Amino acid sequence: MSELHDKTISQLLLDLDNKAFSSVELTGHYLDRIERLDPAINSYITVLREPALARAAAMDVARQKGIHPPLAGIPIAHKDIICTQGVRTSAGSRMLDNFIAPYNATLVEQLNDAGVVTLGKTNMDEFAMGSSNENSYYGPVRNPWRADRVPGGSSGGSAASLAAGLCAATTGTDTGGSIRQPAAFCGITGLKPTYGRVSRWGVIAYASSLDQAGPMARTAEDAAHLLQAMAGFDHRDSTSINQPVPDYLAQINGSIKGLKIGICTEYFDEGLDDDIRTAVMAAAKTLESMGAILSEVSLPNTQHAIPAYYVIAPAECSSNLARYDGVRFGYRCADPESIEDLYKRSRSEGFGREVKSRIMVGTFALSAGYYEAYYRKAQQIRRLISADFSQVFDQVDYILGPTTPSTAFKLGEKVDDQVAMYLQDIYTIAVNLAGLPAISIPAGQSQGLPIGLQLIGRHLDEGGLLKVAHNFQQASDWHAQRPNDGQ
Amino acid sequence: MQDWEIVIGLEIHTQLKTKSKIFSGASTDFGAAPNTQACAIDLGFPGVLPTVNTRVYEKAVAFGLAIGATINLTSVFDRKNYFYPDSPKGYQITQLETPIVVGGSVDIILKDGSVKTIQVTRAHLEEDAGKSMHEDYHGKTGIDLNRAGTPLLEIVSEPDMRSAEEAVAYARYIHQLVTYLGVSDGDMSQGSLRCDANVSIRPMGTEAMGTRTETKNVNSFRFLERAINHEVERQIAVLESGGRIRQETRLYDSDKDETRPMRSKETATDYRYFPEPDLLPIHITQDYIETVRQQMPELPEAKIQRFVRDYDLNEADAEVLASTVALADYFETVARVGGDAKLAANWVRVELLGQMNRDSLTPSAESLSAISLSANALGMLLARIKDGTISGKIAKTVFAALWHGEATDPDTYIATQGLTQVSNSNELIPIVDSVIENNPQQAAQYREGKTKLIGFFVGQVMRQTAGKANPQQVSDLVQQRLLD
Repeated sequence: MSELHDKTISQLLLDLDNKAFSSVELTGHYLDRIERLDPAINSYITVLREPALARAAAMDVARQKGIHPPLAGIPIAHKDIICTQGVRTSAGSRMLDNFIAPYNATLVEQLNDAGVVTLGKTNMDEFAMGSSNENSYYGPVRNPWRADRVPGGSSGGSAASLAAGLCAATTGTDTGGSIRQPAAFCGITGLKPTYGRVSRWGVIAYASSLDQAGPMARTAEDAAHLLQAMAGFDHRDSTSINQPVPDYLAQINGSIKGLKIGICTEYFDEGLDDDIRTAVMAAAKTLESMGAILSEVSLPNTQHAIPAYYVIAPAECSSNLARYDGVRFGYRCADPESIEDLYKRSRSEGFGREVKSRIMVGTFALSAGYYEAYYRKAQQIRRLISADFSQVFDQVDYILGPTTPSTAFKLGEKVDDQVAMYLQDIYTIAVNLAGLPAISIPAGQSQGLPIGLQLIGRHLDEGGLLKVAHNFQQASDWHAQRPNDGQ
Repeated sequence: MQDWEIVIGLEIHTQLKTKSKIFSGASTDFGAAPNTQACAIDLGFPGVLPTVNTRVYEKAVAFGLAIGATINLTSVFDRKNYFYPDSPKGYQITQLETPIVVGGSVDIILKDGSVKTIQVTRAHLEEDAGKSMHEDYHGKTGIDLNRAGTPLLEIVSEPDMRSAEEAVAYARYIHQLVTYLGVSDGDMSQGSLRCDANVSIRPMGTEAMGTRTETKNVNSFRFLERAINHEVERQIAVLESGGRIRQETRLYDSDKDETRPMRSKETATDYRYFPEPDLLPIHITQDYIETVRQQMPELPEAKIQRFVRDYDLNEADAEVLASTVALADYFETVARVGGDAKLAANWVRVELLGQMNRDSLTPSAESLSAISLSANALGMLLARIKDGTISGKIAKTVFAALWHGEATDPDTYIATQGLTQVSNSNELIPIVDSVIENNPQQAAQYREGKTKLIGFFVGQVMRQTAGKANPQQVSDLVQQRLLD
């Protein structure tokens, strides 16, 4: 039997039902582990010990009464870009170090309604900009698999806390790969839903047309538990999709026999690590052995995804982050001499280097005389990329490939090489530009570090993706591997 | 001396009459304590998102239909990025490339009676900013975000106006139209209609446009006229002394009665417009447009024509009575209850508007519902003139009593004050006879053919009856007795 903190949500729900332990015991166990282990990992920005224990006790009472919400007493953590009422929501930035959110994000409300216990808020790259979690005002996060490695980003704290057994599941956000890449680096399952499937209300914006929150969990089944609660239409988000939410937990148990899976040739280019290539192809063979039909497919505009993304995302971010001006909330510089001085110093001092870099790039891309050459062209590329996917999804049901070109790299390794850092997102970014759902699941290891496999699905086919992932996890145990924390 | 042609285009910002803001549920009521009507969305808090108050589509479409414009079935919100303390998000949500209303025109009537067509370029939806307050904060600036997010329709004209008079006539027309349509409450004292005037001059007879300046935020018709005239004079002075006009934004200072530069184009902000990713494009169906069209109220021009046709009024009276929907409705009630449209027109125009003018009231919906004299009461009063119960002169006394709130029901007042007209010949004949007897000279002159003197006799009789006699009857009796 696995350790308490390594159990899946499905196992925990059974144990809670069978009174093997209470939610208070479970929550206390996680809190104790956080206290003991997290100083070395730094995956949490805020830990909510007392509120979490009180909430767990309430859920224990509910469970005793027999009528309780589906996830009653399951301890999770939220990425600190997701607003939690009455709790600091920093987005990993000095700018919002003093920001206590006066409201819950819709997805927080939904998960609360489902009965979860919130352990705390997880560390992240500032305003979700980064692929290594080294851009946090609260310091870098260390990969639980190896302390000299990054956990990936921007949802690095979420992935690391889960891998280290410091929560049962977490939420993340994914603008260009920020759920999937850290999931791959930390050996967990991370799902980026279809754009609009999960409400963005209360999720602090980085790039509005790309941002999407999703579950990060030990297994596809656990991810289905969370998504079941998180997904759905929200009248407060105009871009949210008004479509019924299917029963994901029922869907995942379906067979994958006869499903067509396309292996994307562009995702197996020369930049890909050999161990990852081998592991991903082996995983494809496993799926084939379970009845899936493999074929090769091509997404010819893949190479344009990163340049297009690094125009569109910074452009939107330059506008989205304009509200952090030191006037109404957030960081304000000391003794401003004028309104210009207030703006300049509050923003210079409140934002970190990568954020300022993207604000400048985005401001330039939108400026008069450059808009046509950059922003409008990037939008054209975006349409071409979407068309690529549409064409491929006429032939196959899912697209398979690696999540990242390498396994977790060393802290500091790419800090001074922005382009190398940006190339981390080469396989994940096109998915955001097209608004499609995609999942990263553990599919092997290289020198003791996890390898992530990415599956991309059609618009709103989260259930299908979870089904393929769940089938694979029934036939493999990569998702059950844990880093050795020596505890 | 060079002759200059003045070229003016107006951008009119009109606040749309909605209960809540364009992108949030906060109230749009005017006059609340600062920052009590600004929610997290209006404050631009982290994680909030705008959602469109769909009532604004209805208003924009109604305006577009009223000016014969094209309604874009798909229109798009854009972000206009700039830093200013009363702009909470650091951008304004507006419509740049694809506004909801395109084209259209309005006909304005000039003082000489001629009609001129002004083309409208576009009208787009956007949100208002908050207000910076520089007084009372000891050198610091206070910010009130109650107004932030108030829905606006910005109506942009072509540079079709050639004088301040034309510009004011156009602005007045737009004001009347949006008020008529219920698109805006039109209360200019609360900033419901604000004009930016683009002004340039060119030598008469030339085609090329001169360099223009934009005078911002003029919030009354009087100021608009003065601001434009000042700006024209300034531009003429600059050009005639050999200078060049700088393309710049100017501010009209109504206290000093001058325009002065706000910012020049060289330092102008680059607004970095791009499509608002938090909002989907607006899709409007032809059916929706038809529904709005069917719900549109009668427009000023149609109302004037109907008044002329159905009530047999002259054009000038009809125009005055149709100047606001509230006044037109008031008049029609008076006419219906009183049973005489021409009499009603006369009383509303002369007595009611005269009295309101003396009390510095405009015939708005608010003031017409606030006054003591209801349209129903005025109609009843006129009915009493019609049926001979009282004379027109007495009616004015009753009108004054009703206006001052001393009475609400004319009939009760007439009865209690004993104002009923004396129409009984038996009562009147002795009085008529005594007047003739006491004025033998005038009687002789009348009989010799100086018939105009009838008025003198009638007046004498009216005086003796304290105005209660029926003047027509008196006139008949005087004639009868004089010629006996």
